[in-house]
Amino acid sequence: MSRELTYAQAIREAIALAMERDERVFLFGEDVGIYGGAFGVTDGLLDRFGPERVRDTPISEAVLAGVATGAAMTGMRPILEIQFMDFITLSMEQLVLQAAKLRFMLGGKVNIPFVLRTPAGAGTGAAAQHSESLENWFVHVPGIKVVMPSTPADAKGLLLGAIEDPNPVIFVEHKLLYRTKGPVPEGYTPIPLSQTEVKREGGDLTVVATSLMVARALEAAETLAQEGIQLEVVDPRTLKPLDEQPIIDSVKKTGRVLIVHEACKTGGYGGELAAIIAGSEAFDYLDAPIRRLAGLDMPVPYNRELERRMVPQVEDIVDAARKLVREGI
Amino acid sequence: MDDQTEKTSSPEQAQAPPSDEFAGLSPDSLREALRRMLLIRAFEETAEQLYFQGLIHGTMHLSIGQEGSAVGSIWALRPEDYILSTHRGHGHSIAKGAKPSLMMAEFLAKETGYCRGRGGSMHIADVETGNLGANGIVGGGIPLAAGVGVSIQMQKLDRVVMVFFGDGAANEGAFHESLNLASIWDLPVVYLCENNQYAMSMSVRRSMNIEDISQRACAYGIPGVSVDGNDFLAVYRAAKEAVDRARRGEGPTLIEAKTYRWKGHSRSDKQRYRTKEEVQEWQARDPIRRLAERMMAQGWLDEAAFQALQADVDREIQEAVRFAQESPEPDPATILEGVYA
Ligand SMILES: Cc1ncc(C[n+]2csc(CCOP(=O)(O)OP(=O)(O)O)c2C)c(N)n1
Ligand SMILES: [Mg+2]
Repeated sequence: MSRELTYAQAIREAIALAMERDERVFLFGEDVGIYGGAFGVTDGLLDRFGPERVRDTPISEAVLAGVATGAAMTGMRPILEIQFMDFITLSMEQLVLQAAKLRFMLGGKVNIPFVLRTPAGAGTGAAAQHSESLENWFVHVPGIKVVMPSTPADAKGLLLGAIEDPNPVIFVEHKLLYRTKGPVPEGYTPIPLSQTEVKREGGDLTVVATSLMVARALEAAETLAQEGIQLEVVDPRTLKPLDEQPIIDSVKKTGRVLIVHEACKTGGYGGELAAIIAGSEAFDYLDAPIRRLAGLDMPVPYNRELERRMVPQVEDIVDAARKLVREGI
Repeated sequence: MDDQTEKTSSPEQAQAPPSDEFAGLSPDSLREALRRMLLIRAFEETAEQLYFQGLIHGTMHLSIGQEGSAVGSIWALRPEDYILSTHRGHGHSIAKGAKPSLMMAEFLAKETGYCRGRGGSMHIADVETGNLGANGIVGGGIPLAAGVGVSIQMQKLDRVVMVFFGDGAANEGAFHESLNLASIWDLPVVYLCENNQYAMSMSVRRSMNIEDISQRACAYGIPGVSVDGNDFLAVYRAAKEAVDRARRGEGPTLIEAKTYRWKGHSRSDKQRYRTKEEVQEWQARDPIRRLAERMMAQGWLDEAAFQALQADVDREIQEAVRFAQESPEPDPATILEGVYA
């Protein structure tokens, strides 16, 4: 059975289900309690689970990441909300130098099972310090997993999967997806991490997209279908560790690939994907260069029109996809 | 801080010469300070209206109710001194001398705005008036202040830097690192904490176990004072002493101005964490009304003059809105400008 939920509701449901099942799971972060989270995602959880398991914290991102790590090392299963992904930069030492490495450094004697949830992305007019997409910073750090759900169903299932996972997981939510609706299965239905999913089948071009860009790619696919161009939209869902094969298989089938993400192009995840595809058996099947569409290399501007132009839009995907299919460039 | 200055209601104090009661500020200076406070309030109220009309994108944090701490502290600075501000920074900008027209243009994301429409409410800066900018990051300006202090010191400038931050920011690690460093290097920094009782939904009662944030100064061996932030003169006196000390090369001071924000944290705030009664209690301690009444009691202002000031700032704000609305949007072709020098 499934019903329609918003992405935010789906996340809330996953947190509640995990907390009901497992006493070790607790939620903490800035304004997650009375306020219900800056985006309302955790609304009602304080009433339901009480102040010991739903904790409002001071504005202290460095120690919050330490609390997640220290508690996870010693038997708890924390869920930490960092209010905007931008502020994760204040948590970096504990995440990168402690959480990511402790298990390895200690010879595998501890597990560090926590989930750090955080909203990312531009499009809300919040400007350069509240709009970052920093997922690839963590992709570069061995020991941390990175998940980016694009639909309400994935948000719920992958969050449950992330909570079950014995590693630190950065769970990147997108602000513009919070209010989007979609079918979500009822009950405890975790999706294991590292399973790439084909969101739409098509034979002319593979579009590998993440997070909000999956929704935009699907819209672009609708438009292009009317012109007789069939896009195959592939969503890695877990960026690290990546389930590569479905992407490679798709490119073998279509012979063309467009990679789309919101984060800045240079040093972004698209470069990694391009290298994986180019170095795989799909190479021989390519009929066109591997193309990337990504955020411009700049801080997110406040002005609405500049902000829109900084990030790939549906029409940008349509144009780039059409060009790849029609002109092979 | 001179303890005497706090006992303004004692009989001895009432008979004190006016220059003492008003901390040596002239009637003209006080009238200008009052005008600045009115200008801040009018700016904030208008910005909120524009927001509700859908003319402003993004979010904004209003400082209505906190005008006393913004203007009182900045009144102790000279034009060449620096400030670093916060996400709730419109008041600091106006107090330091920013033009409401260029601020309003920034809000409306116009090319003529202080940040060419790239920064918005949370990043307004006016480098010409020594305003090095608001900050979207809670506590983000506090480490920068130490750097500005080092720069002033090494260039032997006769300047100080005043950095604003909230009660919430005092729980960031960077606050502690900055105070310690400024202390050991005797940096000319005034740390001005505007304790408005909440960091979003987190009350100071829940976020820290001390009565006064100024107590934290003792951990770093620097002076710390707490003042009524809704009393312009109390803030001014504390700031003046700290600024003078910094200018003499004697190092930093931590000032806590206890105040209150009348509006929600930002647009999304349902204000479940506080009562209407509490808001009303604080509104009764309106910093603008309090300064005006003290000046009236002294015969330095009457109701007509007050109304004239109000009319004057309303005109200035309307003019600012008109300027902003008529200003051009940034040219999309310039999108990448400004990323690198
Ligand atoms: C590092 C960081 N963490 C969290 C936030 C989100 N945030 C913005 S303002 C705010 C509350 C700040 O409280 P305070 O410092 O007391 O200033 P006030 O808003 O009360 O003026 C929070 C949590 C942020 N902008 N930066
Ligand atoms: Mg505060």
